[in-house]
Amino acid sequence: MNAPVLRVDDLSVEFATREGAVRAVRNVGLEVFAGRTLALLGESGSGKSVTAQAIMGLLDTPPASITSGSIVFEGTDLVTAPERVRRQVNGEGVAMVFQDALSALNPVYTVGHQISELLRVRRKMSRSAARARAIELMERVRIPAAARRVDDYPHQFSGGMRQRIMIALAVALDPRVLIADEPTTALDVTVQAQIMELLTELQRENGMGMVLITHDLGVVAEVADDVTVMYAGRIVERGSVEELFEHAAHPYTRGLLRSMPRTDRDDDELWAIPGAPPSPVLAPKGCAFHPRCDIAVELCRSEQPGLEVIAAGRTSACHRRSEVFDGRA
Amino acid sequence: MGEREVVLEVDSLVRHFPVGGGLLTRRRSAVQAVDGVSFTLGRGETLGVVGESGCGKSTLARTVVGLDRPTSGHVRYRGVDVHASSGRELRAMRRSVQIVLQDPYTSLNPRKTVRDLLMQPFEIHADVLPRDRRLARVKELIDLVGLNPDHLDRYPFQFSGGQRQRIGIARALALEPEVVVCDEPVSALDVSVQAQVVNLLRRLQRELGLSYVFIAHDLSVVRHISDRVAVMYLGKVVELGDRREVYERPRHPYTRALLDAVPVPDPRGRASRTRTLLAGDPPSPVDPPPGCRFRTRCPKAQEVCAETEPLLRIGPSPAVEVACHFPDQTPPARLGDA
Repeated sequence: MNAPVLRVDDLSVEFATREGAVRAVRNVGLEVFAGRTLALLGESGSGKSVTAQAIMGLLDTPPASITSGSIVFEGTDLVTAPERVRRQVNGEGVAMVFQDALSALNPVYTVGHQISELLRVRRKMSRSAARARAIELMERVRIPAAARRVDDYPHQFSGGMRQRIMIALAVALDPRVLIADEPTTALDVTVQAQIMELLTELQRENGMGMVLITHDLGVVAEVADDVTVMYAGRIVERGSVEELFEHAAHPYTRGLLRSMPRTDRDDDELWAIPGAPPSPVLAPKGCAFHPRCDIAVELCRSEQPGLEVIAAGRTSACHRRSEVFDGRA
Repeated sequence: MGEREVVLEVDSLVRHFPVGGGLLTRRRSAVQAVDGVSFTLGRGETLGVVGESGCGKSTLARTVVGLDRPTSGHVRYRGVDVHASSGRELRAMRRSVQIVLQDPYTSLNPRKTVRDLLMQPFEIHADVLPRDRRLARVKELIDLVGLNPDHLDRYPFQFSGGQRQRIGIARALALEPEVVVCDEPVSALDVSVQAQVVNLLRRLQRELGLSYVFIAHDLSVVRHISDRVAVMYLGKVVELGDRREVYERPRHPYTRALLDAVPVPDPRGRASRTRTLLAGDPPSPVDPPPGCRFRTRCPKAQEVCAETEPLLRIGPSPAVEVACHFPDQTPPARLGDA
């Protein structure tokens, strides 16, 4: 495989709070390749969105601070790069699609204005060329009657259409990497499927690398090439999508896969992981998952397991990784 | 199964919300949130209700438990009309039909402890239990939903989402209802916690003989908990029947499209998977199109669909009712099925 377009190494993010520093992201590493989709899978408090915000430079500092690591985009470390470079990369290098389009779009400007403004500032396009390109982009994301709707305001669009406009904005400058943070979570299931299809189509066409942040295993199974699972701020497991679904190498991933209700089966009792994800303020000692783990041993209560290779392309942060991987535990 | 004992009967239920119609405009339109919904619920049964936003499922929930009044139609609990009863009859009905809401964080008073929250139902229905036996009952409830007595003096914000939903369930069960309407009870929860709450609801149903109306937009959760499933679109039930029939042989094109849209949690063979995607979003329930309401997004729509509204009737199989002029007769098994 070629070199990654975006490489995150040993990234740690802390938030200063009244109760002390909260370590939201700990030693996270990611590699995003052109034309491939990396799913970042996790529940609330897993640190997946904070990781994305760190990549985009969207963290409010303070209270947040990057305490270690690098975010390298095409040879430039964005953590240490000057603001000017950072701005250049945003949009053209790495762009982001958010969950809630209504709050991400500016309510007082027409959608056409928002798209063409971006093109005029960054691409130095003329007013009329930018408007024409905005309409083209809206057509590209399949907004019906784009030429007419270009002068509408965000609130005049349905949820699915607004999400399309945000996608048009995100791809307007042909980014190398697209980060999609729960892009379909707020949408109805039939609309969800349309948006995922649009995103994968754009990715194929432009050869972008994509980071898909989600809690939905179904979405992961449908579109991801590689999967990174996060829990309580750390990566607990990594692998290709086929292998990870075939045999998980971490009890958390395994539990998630087992507890998933499916539309093609009707077993009455669902497998359930006991307890709830820990608050980042009170992460348990040792392995953060041990209080909910069905195979935890003494060592898990005292010592944090490292993320280690278990097979080609597979890593797991579990003291009993090989037993889980082989199906012996 | 012996003779089915019907506990709840919803009969041609309609709930419209008038909109517009200012000083100068004569014409008034209405959000036809629920428009002629009928079903029966047997003792110990679960009826799942699925549909997208705006299909009227939450209005249906509120109207069934008596939090909202129907524009027309009836809801009968054991033969007694919920909206026509008063006095003692109404109080008895209110005890027997309870609701669990999506987010207990917004439905539980943040200034009250769990003890206060669980005592409240007994204060409102003071004749149910003498004062000196209430605390024991509250402890029983806490135990029933898998929380422990130490939790009694805590406030809602001190709990995780899953635990808060357990409190919401305990409160709904306090007065020993027979019917519980669950409105998106697990939608706000983390994936790993959803299964716990679904399993809890199932266990309680077995132990207490409860009947559920389980409303959700998540089709897979509904499949797990339901005996029968109703699919709603813009205020109407388009398909209603045995869960296996509905999921494995969807007769209505909307049911099929909904099921096709759900991602399959298995990466194998995803490249060869075929699916029909619906175009567009669900239209607004304000003045919906005449004829079949789904026809604007339906791949099978013909002229007759715009002219005549298809009624819900027993379809190709006796276990399902379908409201479609062209119900699927023998759809092939879905790819990815075992």
